[in-house]
Amino acid sequence: MAILAQPSADGQELHISIQGRFDFGAHQEFRNAYERVEVTPKRYVVDLRDTTYLDSSALGMLLLLRDYAGGDRADIRLINCNADVRKILAISNFEQLFSIA
Amino acid sequence: MDNRLTVLIAEDSPADRMLLSTIVSRQGHRVLTAANGLEAVALFQQEQPQLVLMDALMPVMDGFEAARRIKQLAGQTLIPIIFLTSLTESEALARCLEAGGDDFLAKPYNREILDAKIKAMNRLRLLQATVLEQRDLIARHNEHLLTEQRVAKAVFDKVAHSGCLNAPNIRYLQSPYALFNGDLLLAAFKPSGGMHVLLGDFTGHGLPAAIGAMPLAEVFYSMTAKGFGMTDILREMNAKLKRILPVGVFCCAALLNLSFQRRVLEVWNGGLPDGYLRRSMDGHLQPLVSRHLPLGILDESAFNPACEAYPLQQGDRIFLLSDGVLETSNAEGELFGEQRLCELLLANRQPTSLFAEIQQALADFHGQSKDDLSLLEVEWVDEARLQRPALSLAGSGGSTLHDWNVQFEFRAESLRHYNPLPFLLQLLLEVQPLRARAGQLYTVLAELYSNALEHGVLGLDSRLKRDAEGFARYYQARSAGLASLTEGYVRVLFEVRSAAQGGGCLRVQVEDSGSGLSEQLAHPPAQAQDALSGRGLALVRKLADACHWQAAQRCLSVEFHWPAQA
Repeated sequence: MAILAQPSADGQELHISIQGRFDFGAHQEFRNAYERVEVTPKRYVVDLRDTTYLDSSALGMLLLLRDYAGGDRADIRLINCNADVRKILAISNFEQLFSIA
Repeated sequence: MDNRLTVLIAEDSPADRMLLSTIVSRQGHRVLTAANGLEAVALFQQEQPQLVLMDALMPVMDGFEAARRIKQLAGQTLIPIIFLTSLTESEALARCLEAGGDDFLAKPYNREILDAKIKAMNRLRLLQATVLEQRDLIARHNEHLLTEQRVAKAVFDKVAHSGCLNAPNIRYLQSPYALFNGDLLLAAFKPSGGMHVLLGDFTGHGLPAAIGAMPLAEVFYSMTAKGFGMTDILREMNAKLKRILPVGVFCCAALLNLSFQRRVLEVWNGGLPDGYLRRSMDGHLQPLVSRHLPLGILDESAFNPACEAYPLQQGDRIFLLSDGVLETSNAEGELFGEQRLCELLLANRQPTSLFAEIQQALADFHGQSKDDLSLLEVEWVDEARLQRPALSLAGSGGSTLHDWNVQFEFRAESLRHYNPLPFLLQLLLEVQPLRARAGQLYTVLAELYSNALEHGVLGLDSRLKRDAEGFARYYQARSAGLASLTEGYVRVLFEVRSAAQGGGCLRVQVEDSGSGLSEQLAHPPAQAQDALSGRGLALVRKLADACHWQAAQRCLSVEFHWPAQA
C-alpha cells in the first residue's frame, strides 16, 4: 500500500492517490498525506484508481479529511472509483458528503 | 554492570584452569571453577553463573553431559556455553554444539579471542533476556485486556440484553465477543405492544468500536419504553453519537419498527447492507435499502430520520445483516456475497428452517464459523404468541391523583414536529390504578391520536391502504401532508373521577379540526383480519371498558374503569 500526495502547480488542489488496500493500516500515512504538505489547498481529490479494497475505517478516514478540510465547506472529490468501491460508498450514502466520480 | 559476569570454568587440568581463570578475572569477571562435569553442574545450581567455559573431555562426567544438564536446568534463560577443546575433527566439534554448546574455543587459548567470544555471547544472552521479558509483558497485557473485556461485556450484557432479543419471533447469530468488533443487536417491546429492533455496526474494532454501544443502547431502551416513536429515537441516537464520538467513528445501523396491531413495518437503514423483507405468501423479497448516512456523522439539523413503511402479514420475515455476512470468504478468497444470500432466501420452501440454512451455508462456505458477523431474523407473528414482560414503573406509594380533568390542544407547529404520546402517557401513569394497563392505554391513545391526525387533520383516506402499493403511497402522503401543515389541531381531553362506591374512571376524548369520525367508522362492521386498514378503532373498542359516540364533537369517548382497592 502506498499513498502519494501531489499538490497542483498553483497550490489550489491536492491530489491524493491510494494504491492497494485502503483500510486501518493506512491511517497514519493517509493523515500525513494531507497534514504534512506545504500548501493549503482549496480542493482535494482522492484518486482511488489503484485502490483494491476499502473498508469502514477508510470511510472514517475520509470523514477525518473532510473535517480537516472544513467540514460542510470542504471540497473533496473521490475519483476513479471502481464498482466495488462505489458500492461501499453507496451503501453508506457518502455521496451526500463527497462528490463521487 | 551487564558486562561483569559470573563465569563458570570447568576444566580438569589444574594448569589450564589456573590460566583461564587468570585471563577471565583480569577481564573483570567473577570466576567459579570446577574440576569435572559433576562439580560444574553442582556449582551451576548453587551459584547461577551467567556463562560457562566447558572442557569437553573430563573425568567423572564429561563436558557433553554437563552441558546438557546445565541447559536443562537453565530452561528458557540463555546460559551460553563455550566448549574448550583440543579436538579438531569436525565431527567432535559438531558434538559440542549438539550437546547444547553455543560456541567453541580451540586450545591453546588466545586471550583476545576469548574476550571477544565472551562479549559476543553476553550480547546474545541479553537479547534473549529482553525477548523473554517482552514476551511476558505482552502476555500480561493480553490477559489484562481479556479480563477488562470480560468485565466490560458483563456490564454491557446487562444493558443490551434488558430487551427482548429472546422473544420467540427473533433469531440471531452473533459471536459472544462481537461487541468488540463493534456489532450491536437490540430489541425492545414498545408500550403499545409492537417492537423496536436495531442492528448496529460501529467502525473499527476493539474498544473504540465498543464504546459507543452503551449510550446507543441506553437511548434505544429508555426512549422505546417511554413510548417515543422511531424518528425521535433516531434523532436522539444520531445527536448523541455525533456529540460523543470522534470524527471518523460512526455507526452503520438499521432500525425496525414493527407494529403488530397496525401490521406495519417501518425501516430506517443508514449504512448497513440491504436487509430483506421476505413475504410468506409468495416468497417475494423486498430489499430494505440503505438510504441514509450512518448514525453519528451528520449534525442534528441535517439528519434525516425518514423511514419507509411496508404492510406486514402473518409469517413475513425480516432479515438484517452486517457486512461481515457478505464478506465471509472461503479458502480461495471468494466472498459469500449478496447473490448467494438472495438465492438462499428465494429458494427456501420451509421458512422455519431458513435461518438455520443461512447459518449452515455461511459455515460451509467459510469452513468454520466466523466471529465478526451479525445476522438477525424477525418474524411477524400473532402478538398473542409473544410473552410480554409487565411494564416496569417506579411506584410512588399509595398517593394518586383523583378527580381532575385536563385538555390539550396540539396545533400545526406541534403536530409537525412533536409526538405528544410519551408525554400524555406519563401524565396518565400518575394515576396509580392505571399503571397496570399502561400498554393498553398507550395503544388506545396512539390509535385515537393517529386517527385524528391522519384522517381528521390531514384528510387521508385509509382505503388507500388496501394494497401494498397504496400502503406506501399512504405513508408518503402522510409525511408530505405533515411537512406542509400550517393549520389544524388535535384536542385531547382527560377526565378522571372517583366513583361513589370506590374505584374510579378515566375518560379520554380526542377531537380534531377536520371532519372528525364518521358515525359509520365509529361503529365499524366486522372486517376481515387481513384488511390493511380499519383495525384501529376495532382495537380501541376491544381494549377500553366503554366506548360512546359523541355526535356533537364527532368523536369517541373512551373509558377505563378500576375497582375500589381491596
